[in-house]
Amino acid sequence: MSARVNLTLNINERDYAVSVEPRHTLADVIRDQCGLTGTHLGCEHGVCGSCTILLDGEPVRACLIFAVQCDGQEIRTVEGLSEGNELHPLQASFRDNHALQCGYCTPGFLMLAAGILERNPSISDEDLRDVLSSNICRCTGYANIVKAVRAAVAEMGRR
Amino acid sequence: MKPSAFRYHRPGSIAEAVDVLADVGPDQGRVLAGGQSLVPSMAFRLAAPSTLVDINRIEELGHLSVQDGSLVIGACVRHAAFHRSVVDGVPGPFLTRVARHIGHYPIRQRGTFCGSLAQADPASEWCLVAVALGASVTAASKRGTRRIEATDLIVGAMTTTLAEDELLTEACLPLPAPETRLGFAEFSRRAGDFALAMVLASYRVVDGRIAGACVAVGGAEDRPRRIAAAEMALDGNPPGAETFAAAGGAAAEALDPMEDAQTSVAYRRDLVRTLTSRALERAAA
Ligand SMILES: Cc1cc2nc3c(=O)[nH]c(=O)nc-3n(C[C@H](O)[C@H](O)[C@H](O)COP(=O)(O)OP(=O)(O)OC[C@H]3O[C@@H](n4cnc5c(N)ncnc54)[C@H](O)[C@@H]3O)c2cc1C
Ligand code: FES
Ligand code: FES
Repeated sequence: MSARVNLTLNINERDYAVSVEPRHTLADVIRDQCGLTGTHLGCEHGVCGSCTILLDGEPVRACLIFAVQCDGQEIRTVEGLSEGNELHPLQASFRDNHALQCGYCTPGFLMLAAGILERNPSISDEDLRDVLSSNICRCTGYANIVKAVRAAVAEMGRR
Repeated sequence: MKPSAFRYHRPGSIAEAVDVLADVGPDQGRVLAGGQSLVPSMAFRLAAPSTLVDINRIEELGHLSVQDGSLVIGACVRHAAFHRSVVDGVPGPFLTRVARHIGHYPIRQRGTFCGSLAQADPASEWCLVAVALGASVTAASKRGTRRIEATDLIVGAMTTTLAEDELLTEACLPLPAPETRLGFAEFSRRAGDFALAMVLASYRVVDGRIAGACVAVGGAEDRPRRIAAAEMALDGNPPGAETFAAAGGAAAEALDPMEDAQTSVAYRRDLVRTLTSRALERAAA
């Protein structure tokens, strides 16, 4: 085992002091050390997107980055979306539009969508579908996910 | 699976990075750029580097600018930088269209142009662009720096002529003349997958006839390459469906395609035939 490194991760605007091995991925540290188990792991090699989080505002695969790389960066996970008990517009829209069944892929889709819509609220339908093709959902057939994200755009604009 | 243990360095400058690489390179040390190829292969335990040299915080590797008619791309420039036009004229939007075929949006937020060249995946879009447009790279080590032509760098599937202690610091992509037409086409089974084949075509039209044609194929053989027979089928002929089809036929014939359980040699040839015509049509549009 290699030496542990102490560092501070800023997740959802809160600092977490962690002690990691360099080989620990950001996804594993978020889940196992910070206790934020909303971030899911499917494939652990970059294909499924269920581990998607925002790193300095951009959606990235948390299974393909090591936690030791991320000190001083702003990390956001699905736990950071709602304000208290009030769901984020994307979360509400996923519920209202039946954009989830088992829910395994949902945190990844939510963070992917949050990242792209914050950057580009006027994204075209074609580009949105292209971005959403990044993640895999085994249940819904995607149509309702696209619909939910589209419906959330208007609501996010109002906030 | 989880990656095996490694030591971690995060140098702040090129000088520091090559110092570390001189030490750890010969002992299974590796550069960590975007990690979008290296980390999956570590998760599969196909790679088990002793040390990673993380270059992501080296500011002097973040440059992206035009110098003497070439686009100079620092080692930390990510695929996503090309989501917007990075240069004026035809090449800017062209590179944007190509970039959108690389994996998915979140992959492009991390993966780098130079990392793609160092990885030398046969189906890498940037490797094809580099070979087609005559790019070169700069490699730095404690021993000094050298310039390597893309065709001398990429010598086989996942195989380059970079030495263990060398850091690829930048790529230099000559920008085609303003009147050059550029087209790209690829085929993959699902959005974001590595392509089964891809074609980049470029040419000029002089007095109604094609001149300076370039047809380069990626994803079909162990590395991308220009196909002289297809270029000969174009030069001197008027652009149009008939000429393009002849070039497609010549490209398909000249190839020695890879084969796997899902993709036969004949299928890849067919793909290249069609994709060549398509890339040429897109260039004409
Ligand atoms: C799901 C998925 C789909 C993908 N689809 C595609 C696709 O369709 N097309 C495509 O081209 N790619 C695809 N990729 C790979 C992606 O483009 C990678 O970003 C790229 O291949 C490598 O760049 P990187 O910066 O991530 O390099 P890393 O993963 O960090 O490194 C790759 C290799 O290059 C070496 N290296 C990197 N930078 C340097 C340097 N500056 N000097 C010396 N050595 C260096 C590393 O040591 C390592 O051996 C995909 C990846 C995933 C996970
Ligand atoms: S767990 Fe990260 S992409 Fe599948
Ligand atoms: S809701 Fe089950 S995988 Fe998407």
